[in-house]
Amino acid sequence: MKRFTLLMAALVAVAGLASPVLAADTIKLGVAGPHSGDLAPYGIPTMRAAQLVVKKINAAGGVLGKQVELLIQDDQCKPEIATNTATKLVTEGANVVLGHICSGATKAALGIYNDAKIPVMSPSATNPGLTQSGDYPNFFRTIASDDMQAKLAVDFAINKLGAKKIAILHDKGDYGKGFAEFAKKFADESGKVKVVLFEGITPGAMDYSSIIQKVRRENADVLIFGGYHPEASKLVAQMKRKRLKTAFLSDDGVKDASFVKVAGKDADGAYMTGPRDLSTIPLNAAATAEYKAAYGEDPGAFFQEGYSAALALLNAIQKAGSTDYAAVTKALRTEYVDTPVGRIKFDARGDAEGVGFSVYQVQKGKFVEIK
Amino acid sequence: MEYFIELFLGGLTRGSIYALIALGYTMVYGIIQLINFAHGEIYMIGAFVAYIVCGVLTIYGFHGVSILIIAGLLAIVYSCAYGYTLEKVAYRPLRNAPRLAPLISAIGMSIFLQNYVLLAQTSDFLPFPSLIPNFAFMEPIAHIIGSPELVILVTTLVTMILLTLLIRYTKIGKAMRATQQDMSMARLVGINVDRVISMTFVIGSALAAIGGVLVASYIGQVNFYIGFIAGVKAFTAAVLGGIGSVPGAVIGGLVLGLTESFAAGYISSDYEDVFAFGLLVLILILRPSGIMGRTTKQKV
Amino acid sequence: MKNIKQSLAVSLWFIFLTFPLMVVKVNTSEQSVQWRWMNILWVGVGIFILSFIWRYALARKEANQMAAQSGQDGQDKPSKIHVLLENPEIRTKAILAFLAFVLVFPWVFDTYQSTIMISALIYVVLGLGLNITVGLAGLLDLGYVAFFAVGAYAYALLNYHFGLGFWTCLPLGAAFGGLFGVVLGFPILRLRGDYLAIVTLGFGSIVKIVLENWSDFSFGPSGIANIERPGLFGMQMDIAGSTTYIYYIMIAMVILTIVVTGRLKNSRIGRAWIALREDEIACVAMGIDMARTKLSAYALGACWAGMVGVLFAAKTTFINPASFTFMESAIILSIVVLGGMGSILGVILGAMILILLPEYLRAFSEYRMLIFGAAMVLMMIFRPQGIISNIRQKYEFKGLKEKSENV
Repeated sequence: MKRFTLLMAALVAVAGLASPVLAADTIKLGVAGPHSGDLAPYGIPTMRAAQLVVKKINAAGGVLGKQVELLIQDDQCKPEIATNTATKLVTEGANVVLGHICSGATKAALGIYNDAKIPVMSPSATNPGLTQSGDYPNFFRTIASDDMQAKLAVDFAINKLGAKKIAILHDKGDYGKGFAEFAKKFADESGKVKVVLFEGITPGAMDYSSIIQKVRRENADVLIFGGYHPEASKLVAQMKRKRLKTAFLSDDGVKDASFVKVAGKDADGAYMTGPRDLSTIPLNAAATAEYKAAYGEDPGAFFQEGYSAALALLNAIQKAGSTDYAAVTKALRTEYVDTPVGRIKFDARGDAEGVGFSVYQVQKGKFVEIK
Repeated sequence: MEYFIELFLGGLTRGSIYALIALGYTMVYGIIQLINFAHGEIYMIGAFVAYIVCGVLTIYGFHGVSILIIAGLLAIVYSCAYGYTLEKVAYRPLRNAPRLAPLISAIGMSIFLQNYVLLAQTSDFLPFPSLIPNFAFMEPIAHIIGSPELVILVTTLVTMILLTLLIRYTKIGKAMRATQQDMSMARLVGINVDRVISMTFVIGSALAAIGGVLVASYIGQVNFYIGFIAGVKAFTAAVLGGIGSVPGAVIGGLVLGLTESFAAGYISSDYEDVFAFGLLVLILILRPSGIMGRTTKQKV
Repeated sequence: MKNIKQSLAVSLWFIFLTFPLMVVKVNTSEQSVQWRWMNILWVGVGIFILSFIWRYALARKEANQMAAQSGQDGQDKPSKIHVLLENPEIRTKAILAFLAFVLVFPWVFDTYQSTIMISALIYVVLGLGLNITVGLAGLLDLGYVAFFAVGAYAYALLNYHFGLGFWTCLPLGAAFGGLFGVVLGFPILRLRGDYLAIVTLGFGSIVKIVLENWSDFSFGPSGIANIERPGLFGMQMDIAGSTTYIYYIMIAMVILTIVVTGRLKNSRIGRAWIALREDEIACVAMGIDMARTKLSAYALGACWAGMVGVLFAAKTTFINPASFTFMESAIILSIVVLGGMGSILGVILGAMILILLPEYLRAFSEYRMLIFGAAMVLMMIFRPQGIISNIRQKYEFKGLKEKSENV
């Protein structure tokens, strides 16, 4: 056994020395996200955004006179695969990484990038801990975090809906429960409303009538739900059936065309938060047009955020004058850049300044932004 | 008090659906001692067929009750056909195999059928039309019990009565009971055991289809995955009541539905499933073969 | 002719069966129907051909069974692989060659391949662990993944709160797994067969629900990140290095598991398990303590899951309850049954096939699970005893055999 350990030590030492440091004659932009499997629709638009941006920038002469090279890796949104993907990108010498898409996978991979001093920017990982924990100084994102959404939802419930009692439900998932916990925290802190109910529902369960009755018994004015659209449509349908008048307010996991499609008429009147309507920004329209020209369809989820992240990363390298970690992160935090999500720079924690959410309401089957 | 009644009725509705599906498990188990893991998928296919038929009929301009009847009947026909084929393909060749083999085959079939529907149709959630009309006379108490719940309760009750009559008085029912008691003896007195087993699958599938259509139109959505969750719960109900016993499945379903409803209503829905399974463990510790299960002497 | 008619009937039946799901696709929001008539053709032709193969295969299987029944002790007739393995010379060479391949693996292939291999090896250990409970003692467990979760969370939490290292937690994880095995096994000692199956399934979900809901304890669905990788005398390692290191730890763990389960199988307690599996009543009548035997099977099976759970957490450095679903339990059980219940080599092969095949079949990603399900069914129908069936230990007088060979 002892010999074995010695052998091991030797082998590992060799492995440590052998890891290659390649001389860079291109700027390497890593792209990681789910490109296969059931979550692929969330990853592919970002990958395409990176391809479009890189094509455009290379045609215009590249960054710092060098061409940009894409390293694309599939992580299927699984933490155990994401660590592997990250390893591969680091060994291939990525200078900056665009990704990952899912919060869990991002969390698993970030440590690896942090050790290797590589800036990472996600277009979609909204978990607040990623920026707020301070564990990942190399992390940035072009989407607002869940706590901002929760704050907006609670403020809306208090100020616009005049709520006195709030019931908060969630789907026990990472995203839904996180949103719900922040909503509870902000509601408690405001001192103007009382959280009368805070519970998780079982996704996929046959009916939610007991929990609906409970909301009625507690006389809640607003029901805030953290989760995705399948449960949300069941909830609104059962609320209508039980003749419950409580307002329904949810998150951007519900602001999805499927919600209106499945819930039908029951969806009318429901509120939800979602990324601000950006279609008036010229760059945004241009990016959408580029996508349509290349792929002949409307861009999917997180395309604009992914496009913005690719622009922001490459712009930072340009401004920093090198791919040095300290210089690039400093440039990200100080230099403004025009992107499809607006004119942004990043704060000390890595959240984008100038990106925000609005509240929408379903009216006659359409999402209408409430100003 | 009103809250109690609401929870009670909610639990009863949920429980009667569990009972409908649980009957399929229990009847199959009673005869060939097999946990038909793919039974939940039959329920899902029933709901899906009803969804497709409804969609087509609506587009071709049919209305109201005629859709309900045609979709319901076709769902039952197709579920029965799937149940029958399932038994022929996945279980019959394994009649004499080691004990775990049919179970693995069943799990495989469940995965296969889920993915078959996923690939042939879609992974999205689809809106299921509410086939059950809203009765005007229910309006005053709609917040306590709505028309859909009433229809589910009545349909389940009628189905159960029909099933009891079928098992008690018809020829096939008697053959089923005989096969359940002693398969080789039944064969000796001239019962076609293979046919009885097929019929058991067909009847169980029909009940699952009824459950599927009722639930889908109650919650208003279908998806390829709904069968799995319902299947696990119904199986729990069947074991709770004593697997192999028909009245046991009904009682098990109702007890499970009521437990979940009261637990969610009075304690917390966070741990809804924990209460369901906890109750199962508790009852099995006290009565190792379920509420209505007979404690059979073991044969050596 | 009769065959063709029969196949035609079967394919017509399947066309009827698959019609609504394969052909019709409605879009209720746009009020449109898509009729995919081509699918009928595929189903019809496919089933027509398949039914021939099906009939042929069933006939062959029956013929084999008949032959086995008519021949003397046909049940235990060793397969070709067994004959090969029985030959000591080939066996030693095969093991050595295989060991050599395994040891150089991470140096020949890249980190990605090593990572995939680590996942497969994790399932090898899980399969071998469950093999004790299901394969040897015959206790059907549908919630095995719960013990895996216990191990993973034990390491993650001990590391988070108390900074305990990987090597300290490895035995602790195994101990926690075993402890849980006893705690969960105790109330259900009296249950038999399928009652046991549903209760274990229930336990599996209860553990997951508790991990999801009890946020103060387990950090809820958002999981635990930044779990330490295994250390080596405080040495700093980069990712590639530590992957290789984990790979070797995993190999050592697999070897340990093989040796221990192999020894257990032939020990006093191992024989008690097999006796219990075959006939509980006779077993108790012979004076075997049923409670102790059953509990030990649970606890020892759970131990391995707990131990490898620690490694899983150390490898991914991030865990959340979503990794411990019923599907995982079903896959581990399938590994055991597909590989061949009770057979160590079979379980190893089963794990390799079930875990590596989908990885390398990425091209079929959509059809992966469909093929997986169908393969499980077909495997059970045509080889219900698994890839490598466990041959019964036979006891012979050594001397007698040698004598007869010498003559």
